[in-house]
Amino acid sequence: MKHHVTTTVNGDEVEFLCSTEQTLLDCLRDELDLTGAKEGCGSGDCGACSVLVDGRLVCSCLVLGVEVSGKKIETIEGMAKGDELHPLQRKFLEHAALQCGICTPGVLVAAKSLLEKNPDPTETEVRYWLAGNLCRCTGYDKIIRAVMDAAAEMRGA
Amino acid sequence: MQERVKGPQFDIVGTRPVRPDGADKVTGRAKYGADHRVAGQLVGKVLRSPYAHARIRSIDVSAAAKLPGVKAIITSADFQEQPSEFVPAGEMLVNYRDVLRNVMAREKVLFEGHPVAAVAATSESIARAALKLIKVDYEVLPHVIDVVEAMKPDAPVVDETIITAGVTPPPTKPSNVAKRVEFVLGDIEKGFKEADLVIEREFNTQPVHQGYIEPHACIATVSEDGTAELWTTTQGHWVARAHCARLLGWDITKLRVTSSEIGGGFGGKTVVYLEPVALALSAKTHRPVKMVMSREEVFKASGPTSGANVWVKMGVKKDGTITAGEAVLKYQAGCFQGSPVQPGCMCAFAPYDLANVKVVGFDVLSNRPKVAAYRAPGGPISEYAVESVVDEIAEKLGMCPIELRLKNAAKEGTKAAYGPKFGPIGMVECLEAAKSSPHWNGPLGKNQGRGIAAGFWFNIGGETTVNLQLNEDGTVTLMAGTPDIGGLRASLAMMAAEELKIPYEKVRPIIGDTATLGYNFVTGGSRSTFSSGLATVEAARSIIKQACGRAAKLWEIPEDAVTWEDGEIRPAGDNAGKFKAMKLADIAKVAGKTGGALVGVGAISAQGAAPSFGVHIADTEVDPDTGKLTVTRYTVIQDAGIAIHPSYVEGQFQGGAAQGIGWALNEEYIYDDKGRLQNAGFLDYRIPVASDLPMIETIIVEVPNPRHPYGVRGIGETAIVPPMAAVNASARRATGVRMFELPLSPPKVLKAMKGGKSA
Repeated sequence: MKHHVTTTVNGDEVEFLCSTEQTLLDCLRDELDLTGAKEGCGSGDCGACSVLVDGRLVCSCLVLGVEVSGKKIETIEGMAKGDELHPLQRKFLEHAALQCGICTPGVLVAAKSLLEKNPDPTETEVRYWLAGNLCRCTGYDKIIRAVMDAAAEMRGA
Repeated sequence: MQERVKGPQFDIVGTRPVRPDGADKVTGRAKYGADHRVAGQLVGKVLRSPYAHARIRSIDVSAAAKLPGVKAIITSADFQEQPSEFVPAGEMLVNYRDVLRNVMAREKVLFEGHPVAAVAATSESIARAALKLIKVDYEVLPHVIDVVEAMKPDAPVVDETIITAGVTPPPTKPSNVAKRVEFVLGDIEKGFKEADLVIEREFNTQPVHQGYIEPHACIATVSEDGTAELWTTTQGHWVARAHCARLLGWDITKLRVTSSEIGGGFGGKTVVYLEPVALALSAKTHRPVKMVMSREEVFKASGPTSGANVWVKMGVKKDGTITAGEAVLKYQAGCFQGSPVQPGCMCAFAPYDLANVKVVGFDVLSNRPKVAAYRAPGGPISEYAVESVVDEIAEKLGMCPIELRLKNAAKEGTKAAYGPKFGPIGMVECLEAAKSSPHWNGPLGKNQGRGIAAGFWFNIGGETTVNLQLNEDGTVTLMAGTPDIGGLRASLAMMAAEELKIPYEKVRPIIGDTATLGYNFVTGGSRSTFSSGLATVEAARSIIKQACGRAAKLWEIPEDAVTWEDGEIRPAGDNAGKFKAMKLADIAKVAGKTGGALVGVGAISAQGAAPSFGVHIADTEVDPDTGKLTVTRYTVIQDAGIAIHPSYVEGQFQGGAAQGIGWALNEEYIYDDKGRLQNAGFLDYRIPVASDLPMIETIIVEVPNPRHPYGVRGIGETAIVPPMAAVNASARRATGVRMFELPLSPPKVLKAMKGGKSA
């Protein structure tokens, strides 16, 4: 049996049918064609599927589609506004904070969530917040710099 | 703090523009392997062996085939046998008998996770249910995991057809030793006699996985007329095409392969796993078949690099002159021959100018997944061992480890033990830059130690094609065929813009598929910026030559009376006549009237790749209560030739260092006594996370490669070579004990510290 789920994704009301065991990640990718969130592990270890559910950062591979009924989902696809990239997106490009880019959507969603809670994080705070987002290419250096720089810009510093 | 030793010498090369594929990658728009879908697609799933070693008596698929929604099932019977012979595939030698068996087990399963059958069904749940209905009758055989055990005469034999190559007389019985290789320079006995100090050590390393975050994924569509499309995440779609066409017995032209955006490869996506299976399933159903590996499948059945046992002996005079170096390398190949032991041998002493060297290598089978290339394949293992001994020599002689290396460093004209004489290389420059770096001269805290190590990698060229189109508005479309994993499109667009004297933003680089562009060997061997850069320059120069020809036609003067200067086509001197200089955009506008589109093709077999040397400095701090080591400061110094886009060069340095730190401290394949992998997930196979690492400082040394128009050397691989020895050396000083085994995980470190086991 399939469940009818109505939810809000990046500000738009959407509905989809999903099976009981289908993860939010699979619903986003397979039912809504939002493939920005990636499956790197399916076990909540890599963070490539990071999205916000009612403002809370989650691994969408660990959430069921049926759980998000009536909730507010934010994904990487909703981060830029019109022509304007989010400052984090822009700083990631300026700092070359991505190589292959597969982890980038998840890292950006996680970093945005950090800066909403803590607009002035220390390097250590950024590192611990992003410890759930694996990147195999960059060694994290440029990612951390980009997040710190974006935070500074967003604070108007 | 991100430093370059020399400034850029060009208008665009050496600057740091935003990458052309950047916006798509920060918005989630970029399509990776699993992001593509085709109407009517089926889901393909693989049944894998639960045993490390077993004979397949029979496979019964009848119950699975009856399950509604199951559209096709394949086993090894669906693939034709391949002869056992090594044939060239790109620059590699490939034995299709083994490639075939790696894709789908035939007589035996040889590792836990070995594919035995595959199903295509209308949904993932049906495909999974079908796998459970396939009955495989196994005769479980004794297995062997450890490389030293596998070399013993009574070890279970993984492949009964293996007779050790490279020994005379050839053995009469099969064994797990596929090959013995040897590289000799000078006379090591004489060298050891000249030494005042001889150090002999044995090291062990564990297999580590490339750890790309994107699992293998593909979609195959085979039409009723036998033409086929394959979308796949790969480091080389021409090579994937060759492998698939060969295994399926198809004409190459029938198969069109498109490389998706690739979520990391590091060597591990140069081989085929799912692709021939998806194609075979689609050929049976004529429906698209999508296959995606789980992370567990990636760990169990795609390639780690070798674990190894390495013995090193080095002799040195009191003044620090190394008189002899000897090593024996035993590398795990996994279940088929072909470990990177040969490059491991060739790299072992490459950073040094030595008169007497002997390196012997063994390629050893065991019941593990077949190893795949991993960033400088073979080099990190042998150089970890040699560099650790070099560090011990420095300590025993009371010499600075940089001075000891400077005294013996390879330089232009040095004859490497593996044959060639080096051209201009940057080993000495890297050591000098390390010596004067802020890090080397900086303070250390309590429980901290500092270590340094050098590294070397060859780098390659190879078959490469780039196509440049001059568009009617003067912009340029650049098509390359080496998949872009970390900024290649940016560096190629920069070189094209530099040549054509047009703005970087006017070049749009894309990666072509196998039907739209000539052959390209894989993105591997640190070759893509070097080789596709060479082809780009050749294509750009062809455009310029054609444009000059068009101007000559318009001006009605001979072609040799036209010249290209400062981005303009001009009459060559007053005798040629008075004509207004034209830009490429002016020619583009009149292309139709002067002979048609201007297309430049660089189709080359790139020669002149030059090695890159690097030196890494690591500080580690030990927690004396737990034995946990933490890297507190790290600097990469490496010769890039010329850095086209310095940010992405730094990124390669930092990424290689981080992978090496993981190799040094955390990462390893752990097997139980039945030969089953115990840590097939990112929770238990722990790659470095952001909170594990410090900022990674970089110093780009630039000793230009004279055989590239922009001086490029490959840089991607060298960066993973020095970290294990650098961390090991720093751990020696932080802990007070010297260790000979990777990873330097807390229990091992604590035990060594408690035992006071030291050299």
